[in-house]
Amino acid sequence: MSKAAFEAGASSVDLTIEDPLLEVRDLKKYFPIRKGVFARHVGDVKAVDGISFRVRRNETLSLVGESGCGKTTAGRTLLRLLAPTGGSALYRPIPNGPQVDLFELSNAKMRGFRSDLQIIFQDPFASLNPRMPVSMIIGEALRVHGLARGAELEDRVSQLLERVGLRAEARNRFPHEFSGGQRQRIGIARALALNPRFIVCDEAVSALDVSIQAQIINLLKDLQEEFNLSFLFIAHDLSVVKYLSDRIAVMYLGRIVETGTTQDIFERAAHPYTQALLSAVPRPDPTLAKDRIVLQGDVPSPMNPPSGCHFRTRCPLAEDRCAETYPDYVRLSATHSAACHLIQPET
Amino acid sequence: MSERAPILEVRNLSTSFKTDQGVVTAVDDVSFDLYAGETLGIVGESGCGKTVTSKSIMRLLPDHLTIYGPESRILFDDKNLAQIPEREMRDVRGARIAMIFQEPMTSLNPVFTIGWQLDEALKYHTDLDRAGRREKSIEMLRLVEIPNPEKRISEYPHQLSGGMRQRVMIAMALSCEPDVLIADEPTTALDVTIQAQILQLMGELKTRLDTAIMLITHDLGVVAQVCDRVLVMYAGRVIEEGTIRDIFHRPRHPYTRALLDSIPKSGKREHGKPLPTIPGIVPSLFELPPGCRFQERCALKEERCVDEEPRLEDHEGWQVRCHFPLEIGEVAEEVR
Repeated sequence: MSKAAFEAGASSVDLTIEDPLLEVRDLKKYFPIRKGVFARHVGDVKAVDGISFRVRRNETLSLVGESGCGKTTAGRTLLRLLAPTGGSALYRPIPNGPQVDLFELSNAKMRGFRSDLQIIFQDPFASLNPRMPVSMIIGEALRVHGLARGAELEDRVSQLLERVGLRAEARNRFPHEFSGGQRQRIGIARALALNPRFIVCDEAVSALDVSIQAQIINLLKDLQEEFNLSFLFIAHDLSVVKYLSDRIAVMYLGRIVETGTTQDIFERAAHPYTQALLSAVPRPDPTLAKDRIVLQGDVPSPMNPPSGCHFRTRCPLAEDRCAETYPDYVRLSATHSAACHLIQPET
Repeated sequence: MSERAPILEVRNLSTSFKTDQGVVTAVDDVSFDLYAGETLGIVGESGCGKTVTSKSIMRLLPDHLTIYGPESRILFDDKNLAQIPEREMRDVRGARIAMIFQEPMTSLNPVFTIGWQLDEALKYHTDLDRAGRREKSIEMLRLVEIPNPEKRISEYPHQLSGGMRQRVMIAMALSCEPDVLIADEPTTALDVTIQAQILQLMGELKTRLDTAIMLITHDLGVVAQVCDRVLVMYAGRVIEEGTIRDIFHRPRHPYTRALLDSIPKSGKREHGKPLPTIPGIVPSLFELPPGCRFQERCALKEERCVDEEPRLEDHEGWQVRCHFPLEIGEVAEEVR
């Protein structure tokens, strides 16, 4: 996207957000494909191919999409757990204060910001070290960042455990002694340990049973209010997303296809993909009409995406021009935009 | 539907396992009927016994560790599947009762082509010759809407996407035209748009082949969309059984109600109002609470619930295991 087009508003950012905590511009993450004896670079998997969004203070932005759409890669690249290929991530911790580009920082400088930016992982079974007691899992970051030690550290760990709904005695136990929901609480306590401002929740409730999932969702919402947190909530479950999010960005094959407030997406979805995605969610009510939009085929490989609009191969409305160029964003309102040739802009 | 004879009758099924910590009963006195052309949903959270129920019917549990209760009867085709020898069971399993598993990634053998895997069941269960089996395999792949079946048949599982693999699993399960298809979380590992395709396909095949489907899932949304009747399980017990409308609009067991309430309802988000939850966690099967198994987490618990476990009471085809079932009028609000 050209700079001029970006400034003209033909982008996926929410124009009503001033002074965002985080502004991501044209984030790209390519994984090289290497072949042959000399590992010749023959192409790229464009896992994230130029996405832009803003995150307000104390709000939840959800990135949704199917497997392989790049949502997890986007979250990890943002925290520099993966090296970005391009773009910028402008982070402004203090309202109207100085702004830094996280992607420009040296590793040493980035470390100073790591306490601000945390992540909660999907799998509560794989994301906790089985050989560490809970006190070490939660206290490790405090120790590494030199924020607490000795008795103070123990106190802080106990406080955190109690805050996430576990007993302080749990700190001497090991991860295998806990259920999935309890482990996810430990993961949340670990993310909270450094008083972050921004937390990436990567499918944080997907692996849990419904009744436990509801407990964790409530906990996340309470913590957000209490500690003024911003969440980037990465998920595929749209009912959870609707409940938790202020704004939503829908991704397909490495790009944001539609973005808007939760109401924009759920009540006025404009992109055919978003509409199909919403219609595919099974709802717990047997009386609802069952005439869903059932998309044909699978998500194409990001190694070799279709020409033009990436969604055209499965789109029920595709026309010839969809194969020619990738559509620009069409602005439907200050908060709502979608990338589709068939959408008429707001008049 | 109830005038017809059920195709599968499960009576007082109890399945226990020998473990290092003693014998544990994962499925406790479960009974239900399954009719041709209907989809019965079995729902519940992890560890409620839904998968053990299905594997008991298929006799896929390790013999040396599994104990079926003496009262257990799985009546199919005038036989009690809980009693017959393994040799006889082989003629039922795969041919008359087939199963689809959750993980399309791990339930296909990666070193054989899908044609080989489709052929295996046909070779065992039918009299078709080699060419006939190949033809049947291609026909099955076409039935589950796999494009280019002639070419796909010589491909390996890794060459297919998750949705395609699940289609192959369904083709395999249906190739011997079974009377009963047990689908254990068939779409859990798939994306929603692919899930919609697979559910639609299963629905069409059920109508076309008049197969009885037993759908095991934790996803109440999926159940609401595809099932006719539902069995709700908790800690090894059936706690409620009814038609889909009964269960979703007028649940009478407090657990069913709480489970439905804890699904985030779209559009009803109110700030400061938390999502209803069920406190605590599912009890360990080793330390079941006295009385009703749900009492420790139940908001409506009374003394009687601790003293005595409720029986599964029949209220005109609608069964509920609770001393104080919710009144029918109590849940007027539509679940949406």
